[in-house]
Amino acid sequence: MQTLSPQRLTELRLKANDVRQGIIRSLEAAKSGHSAGSLDMADVFSVLYGYVMRHDPNSPEMPERDRLLLSCGHIAPVRYSAMANFGYFPVEELLTLRKFGSRLQGHPERVRLPALESTSGPLGEGLAQGVGMALAAKMDGASWRVYVVTSDAEHQCGLHWEAVMTAGKFALDNLTCIIDRNFIQIDGSTEDVMPLEPLGEKYRAFNWEVIECDGNDVASLVEAFDAARRVTGRPQVIVANTIPGKGVSYMEGDYTWHGKPPNREQAEAALRELQTDRERILADV
Amino acid sequence: MSEKRDGDGAREMHLVDYRNAAEIKQLPTRNGFGEGLIEAGTRNANVIAICADLAESTRMEGFKKAHPAQYVEIGVAEQLLVAMAAGLASAGKIPFIASYAMFNPGRSWEQVRTTMALNETNVKIAGAHAGVSVGPDGATHQAIEDIAIMRVIPHMTVVVPCDSVQTKKATLAVAERWGPTYLRFGREKSAIVTTEATPFEIGKAQTFREGRDVAVVACGILVYNALVAAEEIAREDGIECAVVNNHTIKPMDEAAIVAAAQACGAVVTVEEHQQHGGMGSRVAEILAQRHPVPIEFVGVADQFGQSGDPLELVEYYGMGTSSIKEAIRRAHARKPGV
Repeated sequence: MQTLSPQRLTELRLKANDVRQGIIRSLEAAKSGHSAGSLDMADVFSVLYGYVMRHDPNSPEMPERDRLLLSCGHIAPVRYSAMANFGYFPVEELLTLRKFGSRLQGHPERVRLPALESTSGPLGEGLAQGVGMALAAKMDGASWRVYVVTSDAEHQCGLHWEAVMTAGKFALDNLTCIIDRNFIQIDGSTEDVMPLEPLGEKYRAFNWEVIECDGNDVASLVEAFDAARRVTGRPQVIVANTIPGKGVSYMEGDYTWHGKPPNREQAEAALRELQTDRERILADV
Repeated sequence: MSEKRDGDGAREMHLVDYRNAAEIKQLPTRNGFGEGLIEAGTRNANVIAICADLAESTRMEGFKKAHPAQYVEIGVAEQLLVAMAAGLASAGKIPFIASYAMFNPGRSWEQVRTTMALNETNVKIAGAHAGVSVGPDGATHQAIEDIAIMRVIPHMTVVVPCDSVQTKKATLAVAERWGPTYLRFGREKSAIVTTEATPFEIGKAQTFREGRDVAVVACGILVYNALVAAEEIAREDGIECAVVNNHTIKPMDEAAIVAAAQACGAVVTVEEHQQHGGMGSRVAEILAQRHPVPIEFVGVADQFGQSGDPLELVEYYGMGTSSIKEAIRRAHARKPGV
């Protein structure tokens, strides 16, 4: 079921391209930070801000906004770049990433930038906070929804599964968890470090609706989020299959890019490649 | 107002006549928490209680009955307890989260630091069964490091009320005052020294007894032991102790601590906690900078507890009245010119 016109899909692809360029620029300026996961979640964040969520960058604290939490705080560059490209702050501010006095801390801090909704970095904690928010919305009869972006590797944390169990108990159908299923973590492949499969089966056992999609394809993501929104009586998880480093060929699929930034030459090469990609998106229209 | 004399203080604090053992009633401090929580939930519908499978022991059961729509049960999941509460607080709720202090905040320290304190959420930790006085459950369940690990975190408020009447007032005060907070109380029946009329304000220490020789700065259920020790040592040695109920560990009433040290020239701190890092350590930090005097510490001496009768354990680990008197004598003897 296609809910978006080709033009809207093209707009989202262009936004994801903008977000990736912002990631590269900010990481290169910061000289530290996490490249692979940030790049592979550009499509998810573009679809969330550009299609899925009720939000207003001019009124970031409006009570009826949907809440978006980034649990795996180390991929903050994608969150910041998406926020900048969707009007929360000027794109130039991305160059302050990880620098003294910046709102764009190495890991997200809500007190410095309230639209972040939570403070994150220590893994496995985001879904628990999202469960609390979703339960508060239920208690108040509010219509806003909660979206929590997680990494696959943080599913190795016990606390995350405490939250999965609790969301099932309270039938939080206003809660959607998104998994960046890129199969990498700092020490290598998730399935070597601590196997996670069958991941979807685990969620089903806790009474969640499991939706799989191509996390680097905006049309597939739109379909997945639409399906999630139609679910009643239980929380939903979107297993977004992604390619780490997506969009920058020399990073794609290479776990060593988990926690390092591109240098000047690498950044220039990445931006050239992304610009070419942008022209291809426009030519396809 | 006439000048205060040794042994005074009880009147303006509207205390029970603690000198008269027949006047002393005993109730667990956790009962005061349960009563205060019900009233807090009545006053404000945003006050919610989240329980980790210990409704009866933490005294959340009354709240569950009185305010079922404001009550959440999550089972044995203390890390979730904190992080989920932070989410609820972000959405405008005032969550009280209860378990044994050993697990809450003992198990959840990083969640407290990140999601409550750094994230500035209005979550209230209720740490029950604190201290060795939990008794027969043994060392695994005796939280005696909790004050240290909470007071070190920026933005945290730490409150340790002295009896069940004060615990009720403290619970209400904590509910009404914005900020991430740790409220600590115990399991066993303990002496009630305050009354309905006794004032209570977070951050304001209370002089329960006047004295010029040694200032005994205490918190929690051992405030009563400090008062008894002060009376006994006045009779036995002629040493007159001020007794300060230092119920707020953070932000500590620095002016009151400095004033007590200036007035007496020696200090004894008394807490059901490790000597390291707790209330007494904070007193020492303040006085080292602002008014150095001899200090003696009453508390657990870098040990773990064990099973036993609560009073027996309090005595064994050096927090009974005789130990407090010994500490007072040591502090007094260290005063210059004594």
